[in-house]
Amino acid sequence: MQVQTNFAAKSPLPLDAEGTPIKMQARGVKVFYGPKQALKGIDIDIGENKVLALIGPSGCGKSTFLRCLNRMNDTIEHCRVEGLLTLDGEDVYGHNIDTVQLRARVGMVFQKPNPFPKSIYDNISYGPKIHGMASHKDEMDEIVEKSLQRAGLWNEVKDRLREPGTGLSGGQQQRLCIARAIAVSPEVILMDEPCSALDPIATAHIEELIDELRENYTIVIVTHNMQQAARVSQKTAFFHLGEMVECDDTEEIFTNPRDERTQGYITGRYG
Amino acid sequence: MQLTVLLIVLIALTVAGYHLGRSRAVRAVGGRIVQLHSVPAYHGLYVALWAGLPAFALFALWSMTENWLVLQMALASLPERLSGGDISTLGLLKADILNIAQGVNPGRDSDPAVVAAAQHYNDLRSLGDWMVLAIGASLAVAGLVYARNRITSALRARNRVEQVVNWALIACAMVAILTTFGIVFSLVFEAMQFFAKISPIDFLFGLHWSPQTAMRADQVGSSGSFGAVPLFAGTLLITFIAMLVAVPVGLMAAVFMSEYADPKLRNWVKPILEILAGIPTVVYGFFAALTMAPFVRGLGESIGLSVSSESALAAGLVMGVMIIPFVSSLSDDVINAVPQSLRDGSYGLGATKSETIRQVVLPAALPGIVAAVMLAVSRAIGETMIVTMAAGLAGNLTANPLEAVTTVTTQIATLLVGDQEFDSPKTLSAFGLGLVLFVVTLALNMIALRVVQKYREKYD
Repeated sequence: MQVQTNFAAKSPLPLDAEGTPIKMQARGVKVFYGPKQALKGIDIDIGENKVLALIGPSGCGKSTFLRCLNRMNDTIEHCRVEGLLTLDGEDVYGHNIDTVQLRARVGMVFQKPNPFPKSIYDNISYGPKIHGMASHKDEMDEIVEKSLQRAGLWNEVKDRLREPGTGLSGGQQQRLCIARAIAVSPEVILMDEPCSALDPIATAHIEELIDELRENYTIVIVTHNMQQAARVSQKTAFFHLGEMVECDDTEEIFTNPRDERTQGYITGRYG
Repeated sequence: MQLTVLLIVLIALTVAGYHLGRSRAVRAVGGRIVQLHSVPAYHGLYVALWAGLPAFALFALWSMTENWLVLQMALASLPERLSGGDISTLGLLKADILNIAQGVNPGRDSDPAVVAAAQHYNDLRSLGDWMVLAIGASLAVAGLVYARNRITSALRARNRVEQVVNWALIACAMVAILTTFGIVFSLVFEAMQFFAKISPIDFLFGLHWSPQTAMRADQVGSSGSFGAVPLFAGTLLITFIAMLVAVPVGLMAAVFMSEYADPKLRNWVKPILEILAGIPTVVYGFFAALTMAPFVRGLGESIGLSVSSESALAAGLVMGVMIIPFVSSLSDDVINAVPQSLRDGSYGLGATKSETIRQVVLPAALPGIVAAVMLAVSRAIGETMIVTMAAGLAGNLTANPLEAVTTVTTQIATLLVGDQEFDSPKTLSAFGLGLVLFVVTLALNMIALRVVQKYREKYD
């Protein structure tokens, strides 16, 4: 809880050029897997209540960067992170930051739906329970219902909350995972290609959901699908070979890219 | 001799059949192999199988029935005065014939009719062997010629060969199943003899175990009572103690190895732990008897308890140590099989490592862990040597782990090593115990299977 108070005492967030408060900020972030350098100094501002899309060819470091934001890279051996990453102005890799607290504030949704082998209810209540967010069963019921509603899954599963989450369809499972992430009331949600394992209809569902979630959360999404990036994001960053080539308004990137490489990628010449 | 020749001939014909079939197939399409339904090697195998299989089947059949068949014919040639006796004299007669036929001197003057029968036996055998050689060789040649003539470009040789392979695989699977049935039937047969002498009710529910039966009618002090309850109670007690040691320690060790240990450390610790499984149980036995039992006794007496020098506790503790590697190694494997994505999902929600292990990893690995524990239980129930050496042979009916108890397997071992005739209730009771033990472990395994199926989660 020490950490929590540190964060609570934050000054008003700094603003970027367009007047959006900066939720997370990266300055010169480098990542090494053993001797191999995966990211070569990334500078990026992530605006509050915006959707930032990370695009780029496979192996360009998008997912690596995403996993730095809530320190999921800590679980990978021989992985070293340099540079400065802040959340509300606080150094994410600072000494007084506890990864458990950090990940409660910066939630994550993975590429493949990964519901726990538990009931739908227990899948959602897992996070709130370990963080002690509900003192009553009633409160927990409320959290579960609200999370499922926000993820647009409530009507489909409200009659079978006790059934295993693994029994849902792929798209439902992914929305369950989003609901699970929402349940701990994070401030930022990281999504690592959340639709790559889903069919077009389920994808459309999730995209709508992302747009709605923007009201309450800051979202960073990695995607291979440029149409998706154009549809859901306000800002887009293009990664290439471990560098961030450019980051701008999504419209700007897709209509008027400044860098040749960006243009090559979005017009489908490579990647 | 003849049979060895036959075997060599068969192998030669099979190899020849392969090459003949192959070359025939190639020639049938004038070298344009793509026109064949199957590649030439399958045609070769097809001919080889036709050449080898029927003759080999005959050979196997003859080897199995030869002794019996020829002996029956030799017995039939005996005069009425000799072959009219009861079963035991007939048995002696058979042994005499076989001995004389093999040139062993029975040590007394034999009836000339028996000597003649033995001579007849030898003649029949060699005649039979020659016949089998002739028939087998001609069968092989006939099969070879037949199959070779059938080869055309359209022959579905691959399908035929694969059918034979399929049957061969089924036969291999049947061997295991039939062996099991054979064991069960021999057990049931002997157990029935036992239950004919001792009532099953007395056996299953009797509270007193003292299997000493009189060898002579005038012997004293050996009434023989066969109540098996103390044995099963002892088995359960020792198994329970062993599980109390093995399950928590083994599971924790598995969690440590798969979740916390550095891979380098794990590569050291796991093999060392598995060495425990390789120690002969007899070694555990004297460790239990010479080190553990006196230690338990000393400890008990120092706090004012009376402990017998052979105690269930000592045997159970050592058995538990023996079983640790089973639990830890199998659990380690199933914990490692839990997908990393589940762990990531949990960490991504801000769960700590221990929360992730307790609430996500272990529940996901539960079916495998249950299976591991069940395997360990079967192992504990079946363990004989440690108990024989450390827990004694006294069939006490007690729940006190500080007293001496005995187990089913230990009793079976002691019952069968004694000097007793094989149809006394004492010896036969071993089979009764074996049957019940078999049923119990079978039931345990089935329950374990059901549990595993019920809670199994599919991770594609």
